[in-house]
Amino acid sequence: MPAEIGTHLVTARFGNPEARTVAGYEKTGGYAQLRKALAMRPDDITNEVKASNLRGRGGAGFATGVKWGFVPKDAKAVHLVCNADESEPGTCKDRELIYWDPHLLIEGMAIAAHALKSVHNYIYIRGEMMREYAVLQKAVAEAYQHGYLGKNVLGTGLEIQLTVHRGAGAYICGEETALLNSLEGLRGQPRLKPPFPAIKGLFGNPTIVNNVETLMNVPFIVDKGGAWFNGLGMGRSGGTRIVCVSGHVNKPGVFELPMGITFNQIINDVCGGVWKGRQVKAVIPGGVSMPPLDASELDVPCEFDALQTDERIKPVMVRPGQTFDLGGGRVLRTMAGSGGIVVMDDQTDIPRALWRIMKFFAHESCGQCTPCREGTGWLEKVARRVASGDGKPDDLDLMASIAHGIAGNTICALGDAAAWPMLGFLTKFRADFEAKLTAKTGRAA
Amino acid sequence: MSLEFSADAKNKIAAACERYPTKKPVVMAALHLAQKEHGHLSDDALRLVARTLDLPYAHVYGVATFYTMYRREPGGRQTIRMCTNISCMLRDGFEVLAAFEKALGLKAGESNAEFSLVEEECIAACANAPCAVVGTEYLLDIKAEQVGGLVDRLKAKPHPESEVV
Repeated sequence: MPAEIGTHLVTARFGNPEARTVAGYEKTGGYAQLRKALAMRPDDITNEVKASNLRGRGGAGFATGVKWGFVPKDAKAVHLVCNADESEPGTCKDRELIYWDPHLLIEGMAIAAHALKSVHNYIYIRGEMMREYAVLQKAVAEAYQHGYLGKNVLGTGLEIQLTVHRGAGAYICGEETALLNSLEGLRGQPRLKPPFPAIKGLFGNPTIVNNVETLMNVPFIVDKGGAWFNGLGMGRSGGTRIVCVSGHVNKPGVFELPMGITFNQIINDVCGGVWKGRQVKAVIPGGVSMPPLDASELDVPCEFDALQTDERIKPVMVRPGQTFDLGGGRVLRTMAGSGGIVVMDDQTDIPRALWRIMKFFAHESCGQCTPCREGTGWLEKVARRVASGDGKPDDLDLMASIAHGIAGNTICALGDAAAWPMLGFLTKFRADFEAKLTAKTGRAA
Repeated sequence: MSLEFSADAKNKIAAACERYPTKKPVVMAALHLAQKEHGHLSDDALRLVARTLDLPYAHVYGVATFYTMYRREPGGRQTIRMCTNISCMLRDGFEVLAAFEKALGLKAGESNAEFSLVEEECIAACANAPCAVVGTEYLLDIKAEQVGGLVDRLKAKPHPESEVV
């Protein structure tokens, strides 16, 4: 049965500070699923996760069970790493999840570690999350004291170690291979793939990297089964979805919602509508890396596949008349990304908003690949002069050409993450940019 | 000048070394500790980390200069990390940053003995934009006119980042 507004899995303990202790967590049913899972065969857990259609909540939406299945059967050592480096602008769910329910993450990780036969597991938490780091460290220490982690978990003879590793400020470490390099004590620069981490990851061993929200869903799958979890969702996406709504709505917030809810429902029914009685102009559907939606595209569900394929969403163009090729002739519409929904009202200065997004990517490029290192810097410079009214007549084509030159030509997705919103905003809000150019020069761009 | 770690830091580093197959992954934690104990990551502080973990100085230097929270120059006791990214910008984050600059007499990126002011890239509190983080304390839904009071409160009850290391 599909989830409804008010169905709470991973956010059920929000607002209950007692749940941060083992006692408080156990009182609300905590760690029961770890007990159940430890009596299950590892492959049976993975099969339930496959059946659940749980998809990665960090951005890519990859099927979690399928990812787990990539680990070679004869692997001598396997690692599970939780990506808690949440830093995609507009996204603020993992921080809340860790703050309110750290033991749910620990339980999810312990179950996943058992399924993957991983002994040494790590949580890579963003350096700026100092409050959450303290909460997590305390919870991990208490889980060890109660035998939920350690050399002999709950007397089963299984060893499950968990270490919290704190970052120090770098958006790129949210990219899983950069994260692994950082975890190994290196500069956080992404690795060439293949090999993918599931084959050769942390310390050269097969490694699964999963997002916080993803891992927190695992105990519910163990509890009620993969089929039940799949039924909560929509299409090939099981479960609920946390969205973080920010920007120009009356009631911004972090909400656990049905997978099939539309953007119009989120804005109007959940968030009390656009502020100041205004109309919506643009919506970023899943963190700033994702191409925006315009006001006519908001009846699409925020589900993973819908955002990629629903034909009500216009394809991103390289320039008027030329569709952006995602590879193999596929068009780019947008993606559900990290669940960070940013709403912009009809008074928003769109070129300035885009400049701020480009400033971010220029700052965060790790510098490894030339197209991204140089390209993001140029995108920021040109976007800034366009936003400030000093743009040149061919600046829109220039920005599009730089973005097109970055996309697909870098080791990791940061290059695409800068190129996609650039092309997306130019596709859907071209008139706003042209107006900026005309305003100063007095002639058409 | 040759620097040292406190006994507490040495214990923490030794415990951290148990958690990984080699000492190299402990470099990030050791840098956090060195910054806590010596205020900033001077060349000597980097040498201390290199010596402690048997790593080349160049490696430690490379790591220390990659991540934005490590500072190579002295800074304030507290760091105000004010976000101006998209969600904060849409709710006047730049105006709030300007208010902090005025209240502190600092430009973003500058420090005095008490405060460092940093223009931060998204601190994952977007639903309460505009927002800032100071150690373990989040400043949420900030209005420019509240900034003077917030600064006074931080002076009275500081939240240095070093308290969580």
